[in-house]
Amino acid sequence: MAMTVKTVSRPSRGLLEQIYIWEVVRGLGITFRHFFVNLTRHILALIGLPGKPGAATIQYPDVPAVLGARARTRHRLLRREDGAPRCTSCLLCETICPARCIRITAEESPDVMVEKRAKTFDIDLGMCVFCGHCVEACPVDAIRMDVDFVELASYSRADMILDMDELLKPS
Amino acid sequence: MTKKVTFTLDGKALEAREGQTVLEAATDAGIMIPHYCWHRSLGNPGNCRMCLVEVEGTPKPQVSCRLPAREGLVVKSLSPAAKRAQTSALELHLVDHPLDCPVCDQSGECGLQDYYMGIGRYVSVLREDKAHAKKRQVLGPHIVLDQERCILCTRCTRFVAQISKSHELGIFGRGHNEAVDLVPGRTLDNPYSGNLADICPVGALTDRDFRFQVRVWYLDETESICPGCSRGCPISAHTSTQRPWHNKGRRLARLKPRVLDWLCDEGRYGFSDFDSDRLGRLTAPLSEVRSALQTHRDDLAVVASGSLSNEDWKAFKSLFVDKLKVKRFLFTPEPDQVGSEDELLRRREKVPNLEGGRALGFGTEIKSLTWESLGQDIAGGRVRSLYVVDRDPAKVLGEKLLHKLELLIYQGPRMGKTGGLARYRLPATDWLEENGHFTNFQGKIQEYRQALKPLGDARPDWKIFADLEAGL
Ligand code: SF4
Ligand code: SF4
Ligand code: SF4
Ligand code: SF4
Repeated sequence: MAMTVKTVSRPSRGLLEQIYIWEVVRGLGITFRHFFVNLTRHILALIGLPGKPGAATIQYPDVPAVLGARARTRHRLLRREDGAPRCTSCLLCETICPARCIRITAEESPDVMVEKRAKTFDIDLGMCVFCGHCVEACPVDAIRMDVDFVELASYSRADMILDMDELLKPS
Repeated sequence: MTKKVTFTLDGKALEAREGQTVLEAATDAGIMIPHYCWHRSLGNPGNCRMCLVEVEGTPKPQVSCRLPAREGLVVKSLSPAAKRAQTSALELHLVDHPLDCPVCDQSGECGLQDYYMGIGRYVSVLREDKAHAKKRQVLGPHIVLDQERCILCTRCTRFVAQISKSHELGIFGRGHNEAVDLVPGRTLDNPYSGNLADICPVGALTDRDFRFQVRVWYLDETESICPGCSRGCPISAHTSTQRPWHNKGRRLARLKPRVLDWLCDEGRYGFSDFDSDRLGRLTAPLSEVRSALQTHRDDLAVVASGSLSNEDWKAFKSLFVDKLKVKRFLFTPEPDQVGSEDELLRRREKVPNLEGGRALGFGTEIKSLTWESLGQDIAGGRVRSLYVVDRDPAKVLGEKLLHKLELLIYQGPRMGKTGGLARYRLPATDWLEENGHFTNFQGKIQEYRQALKPLGDARPDWKIFADLEAGL
């Protein structure tokens, strides 16, 4: 891919900008405008008059976040009816992943009709961009993404890597 | 000179030798007509029906692999009628095919996938169940068969009949039950069996060594020369470095033939341990090695192997013959670097480039010691220091004799037994980590290119020789 370079000239600063005082006053003006607009909207809503809703702050984590019905969060590996992981280790998800955060190694399955299975399956959630391409790519519906599991945090980068056992356990 | 004829393919005028088939002439001109059973070295049985083309003046489509080119012939391989014929042939091939591409090792380089995406995107009207056959049948040390994926092109049976002449495979049964199988009581263990995974156009025959190691679309290809024997077959080295967790962490995934059609199994599978037992770091500064060489130049013997490139040989000669005036060399391949040979490809000398040394006088003006006489010289105290290049004297002479030496310098990519005994170890690159040239037994000079980064402190042999010489 060829890179295009665009030259942008620096904005020139006039006297008013250079002495700052006027800019500080202007900035404060914007802040207060938002404050009073929101205050009015909340009061109107409180006394039952029509109008746009005011901006709201969610009191997370006391109040849980409301996610969209199709939100994509932590991954989950599915099992076949006999309990074995569905994943055939085709590596399509690993190939499509734009963050390159999936690492799979394959091995021969004892069942000749299954042929191939995953030996290890790691997803580095610290690198994942939650695009969902892996779910789309899977030809056997072995990987899905949960809709309501956003509490992904850990004390180290290494702990953000989920292995096959963790991925098979529902969150 | 054979007579040339000119015919038209898809509106383009092509030249062909008289009697050459349309498919072959098109392939020579770089035009791909779909085909499975035809292979330039295995003939054209005309059974797969994929290469059907429309011929002007003929009511029915013809197979281009059996259609001799003649003057004025007008052939269409892309017309709607030709495409319809090819699509029907493909649909028939896929009637019983399991389509398990996600777990199939051929996926990504499969003739069925390529032609389906290229010409035949049809919607299957088949309602019957697929027939089942033997899955994952191990045929021999290198090849495994999946009968369900086979399209019965007979390339494999023709290979074992015409090329390896070992006749291990046959086609058994009729109609729905027709299948490729081993001849009873046989295993597929001829010295060229690995080629079957290459020529099988689908995922029916796959390579046991390569299976499930890495997906083919992760591989990088580099043009190289097989260092397995003095034939020097052109190869394509497929390396896996983009995602190091695949292929068990090994960087070399597989070797494939290039220019020629075949590789022997020794060459193909001989280098799977490419990354193991490597030397790693330099053990002492070169200046120390130089002064040791200075002190010992009168009682020094040099052991070299035919794995040096032409560039290496030149620097080798300049250092040891011209500069240090060493008298004792050993470079004969006997007995540790010789093996079995045959008519097809394999040569007795199991190193690629003794010829390059011969071109510089090694073997003519400069005679080689034998291992026996070198052993006697060491035992008798006439040789007290040894410089070994990529060879394992500890294996041939025994470790005990080497303990007699006052100085042992080892240069090479891998440790071996001798590397462990050496006072100085100079890590060198192996052939995939450098650019160079080999001269094969016919005197053909062939280039090979760098596919991998050198490991540790490894540097090309010629650089090490040149650096040693520069400071002397
Ligand atoms: S969601 Fe996207 S970034 Fe995350 S693992 Fe799947 S493909 Fe990769
Ligand atoms: S795409 Fe599905 S089957 Fe393939 S490796 Fe990923 S999870 Fe496994
Ligand atoms: S042989 Fe080709 S079409 Fe058949 S399963 Fe393998 S990759 Fe897919
Ligand atoms: S095993 Fe492969 S090469 Fe042999 S007949 Fe079947 S498809 Fe052809």
